[in-house]
Amino acid sequence: MFGGLDLLATTTHAMTPPATETPGATDTSHGRRHWMSVLARAPRDTLEAAVASVEPPPNWTRLRGPEAGTVMVRGRIGGTGAAFNLGEVTVVRCSVRLVCGTVGHAYVAGRDLRRAELAAVCDALLQTAHAAELSTRLIAREAKRQAEERAEARRRAAATRVEFFTLTRMG
Amino acid sequence: MLEAGFADPVHEAQATFRALLEATARPGTILALPKPQAPLPLPPAAGAIALTLCDSDTPVWLAPPLASEAVRSWLRFHAGSPLVDNPGKAAFAFAVGMDVPFGDLAAGTDEAPERSATLVLGVDGFGRGAALHLSGPGVAKETTLQVAGLAPGFIAWRARNHALYPRGVDVILVAGREAAALPRTTSIREG
Repeated sequence: MFGGLDLLATTTHAMTPPATETPGATDTSHGRRHWMSVLARAPRDTLEAAVASVEPPPNWTRLRGPEAGTVMVRGRIGGTGAAFNLGEVTVVRCSVRLVCGTVGHAYVAGRDLRRAELAAVCDALLQTAHAAELSTRLIAREAKRQAEERAEARRRAAATRVEFFTLTRMG
Repeated sequence: MLEAGFADPVHEAQATFRALLEATARPGTILALPKPQAPLPLPPAAGAIALTLCDSDTPVWLAPPLASEAVRSWLRFHAGSPLVDNPGKAAFAFAVGMDVPFGDLAAGTDEAPERSATLVLGVDGFGRGAALHLSGPGVAKETTLQVAGLAPGFIAWRARNHALYPRGVDVILVAGREAAALPRTTSIREG
């Protein structure tokens, strides 16, 4: 079912960034890293609306995928807080090329193929003349929503916190 | 501009692998491979072989006529293979034209003959040109493969290569979508 996706199995190969020589594609600046992370968390409807609002409507070719596979995720789960393999996460990856030749990539958690494809299209569009319009309308707005969502989750988790302070002193 | 690979990566890579098994098991057999969107000047069959057999563990060497930026980035993106400048370091060497450094390719060692290179050599076509009479494992008595546009020095190098057994370079000839294998065990007589 996951055939053809070669980032399976070994941690060393997991999430190897796509090696391309396309202008912009090797750009690991803060800007692109930021928008790719926002796009990877954006809901499908938001991406769908963002792509639909671009004038003229973008045309793209699929270079790879969208295809589902798994990647090993590491986390600070060791007894000493060291990183260790946490578990495998289902991921969809997709790479597309716009008519102008700009290449966009996306790695999105889950199994929603369309969502990964739209995220890749947005990544490509953000490297073109549509960058300014998309970063305000899509990226800034979505980043704010994601930050609020995270803050809300943290707030609810914090409300359940148990203080072991007293207990420790008694012992 | 970066091109796509196989339209159906899983099944076309499997079909290519099956065809290469068949071609290697029966030297002299000409088989058509699935056609990926390989960028020129890489022959489509060479592109199919690269997408099927090459990955991040197989260093690839491209002969200068093939080493265009389009081909290099296509191979890096779809196969993820490291591209090397020294043909002796390559697990897979892709070459076309008349100037091929046959002698530089890795022939493996007696302890590890599998560490040899596979040469994917572009020719002008099959069914015309020089007649190669093949014999050895996989060939009943003798079979004839006609190849046009074979690089000069190939036959002489291939004879030396055959004598190295169990070491030696395996060769896959490609023209357009077609491929024919000349594994190291096959002995070739020209005429």
